[in-house]
Amino acid sequence: MEHIYLDNAATTPVKPEVLDAMIPYFTQNFGNPSSVYKIAQINKKAVDESRETIAKALGAQTNEIFFTSGGTEADNWAIKGIAEAHKAKGNHIITTKIEHHAVLHTCEFLEKHGYEVTYLDVNEDGLIDLNELESAIKDTTILISVMYANNEIGTIQPIAEIGAIAKKHNVYFHTDAVQAVGQVKIDVKEQNIDLLSLSGHKINGPKGIGILYIRRGLKLENLIHGGAQERGRRAGTENVAGIVGLAKAMELTYTNFDAKIEKLTKLRDKLIDGLLATIPYAKLNGHRTMRLPNNANISVEFVEGESLLLLLDMNGIAASSGSACTSGSLDPSHVLLALGLPHEKAHGSIRFTFGEMNTEEQVDFVLEKMPQIVDRMRQMSPLYEDFLKQKQDK
Amino acid sequence: MYSEKVMDHFMNPRNVGEIEDASGVGTVGNAKCGDIMKVYLKIEDNIIKDAKFKTFGCGAAVATSSMATELVIGKTIEEALKITNKSVAEALDGLPPVKMHCSLLAEESLHAALWDYAQKNNITIEGLEPPVADVHDHDQEHNEEEEA
Repeated sequence: MEHIYLDNAATTPVKPEVLDAMIPYFTQNFGNPSSVYKIAQINKKAVDESRETIAKALGAQTNEIFFTSGGTEADNWAIKGIAEAHKAKGNHIITTKIEHHAVLHTCEFLEKHGYEVTYLDVNEDGLIDLNELESAIKDTTILISVMYANNEIGTIQPIAEIGAIAKKHNVYFHTDAVQAVGQVKIDVKEQNIDLLSLSGHKINGPKGIGILYIRRGLKLENLIHGGAQERGRRAGTENVAGIVGLAKAMELTYTNFDAKIEKLTKLRDKLIDGLLATIPYAKLNGHRTMRLPNNANISVEFVEGESLLLLLDMNGIAASSGSACTSGSLDPSHVLLALGLPHEKAHGSIRFTFGEMNTEEQVDFVLEKMPQIVDRMRQMSPLYEDFLKQKQDK
Repeated sequence: MYSEKVMDHFMNPRNVGEIEDASGVGTVGNAKCGDIMKVYLKIEDNIIKDAKFKTFGCGAAVATSSMATELVIGKTIEEALKITNKSVAEALDGLPPVKMHCSLLAEESLHAALWDYAQKNNITIEGLEPPVADVHDHDQEHNEEEEA
């Protein structure tokens, strides 16, 4: 049975070119970049060059890129770092209800330590209201943190507009771009981004490596204390192989970019249109056009997401769901609830996210299997039974 | 994540459907929490002759419904009352801790169907409590699951 991996928003396979670039830094070029002898200097050079590659891809300067252990650390650093460094100015942070837990739980942590957090609502498509954002800004506001694109529903926020509002009010702007990198073109200067988080493993790079872009001159308290690596701002011996892998992945993800986006968009639209045409009582979650080119998320009424995932898995298809049963809690996805979806529709959500390896034939296979699986599940759904009876009575 | 037996009962659920002239029907759970079980029982001479179910829920919810109906068919009402969430879970070679409330739904929906039967026939079944509308109201049980 062919395995069809449609969960690229969860993680992606490392590209062979990326792995090839990394390998020498585990074995022969193993030196510590902080050491003075020659063999260590190869490593220092590799780190410097990687930093330059990544800076270029984001429209940043080389000295604005700081390596972290991944997206979660970058989010923690940006938010806690601003909170601590600018507490003399104020204690108010603005974010959204649909952020990744790396941002949400960090904000909740700060609330326990005397900070005030405004969680902006989103509309039914997952977009924030710019007027609402602007009117939430107070004298005490020190940070706006809005994700570039949502990991579940793929909705892309108007980042440049948010950046302009932040600049106008002299408030720092952080964006979690973990899902957006490699899917959209980013220019931190044009978009007025002060802090940006990204992660290697979402763009066919390795796990355990990410960056925080910090605008030059911005005062940010350190999160990880220790040695003087990363110009004294992030301690810990550099993950040289990871850094080299991340840079290679960044370079590749923006090579032939337009053709890649065209391909992903075509796969996405074929799947969305096909599913909505063949499955009754299904709807798309997230914005139809302002969405990541690789994200399709639909809610299927009267069925539950985990069951749907298990049956897809039986057919070799790997996807993900916002159902409570897949989260280990009793509540479905906070993102879907923030869109105003009732719980039962949130439980029946399914997300397919494409990567460069996926093909149209794979989409055809999913389009063949999904209606059968949904039909089978509805046959045993008491909700569907009630729905049909109510329909008959009308 | 699931035992082979759970996957077998999920992939090939036994006794899915409805019983037209059921002696008792019980529904437990709510869509809000993501699982609902509806159990139909056919009871003759104090013996459960047939059982069917419909379930909206995860793999564990479907498998426990299937197993509960398997266990209950052929039993007397008194024997059926002894089927607990633990015995359903054990018959499935165990469930992940976070999924134990699914087996509670199976136990409660059986009890709800028996209660419905008792009400319809104006009889008292010893040891049978009025059904809970929703096992999710038992917050304490959830907390225990999370700790497990």
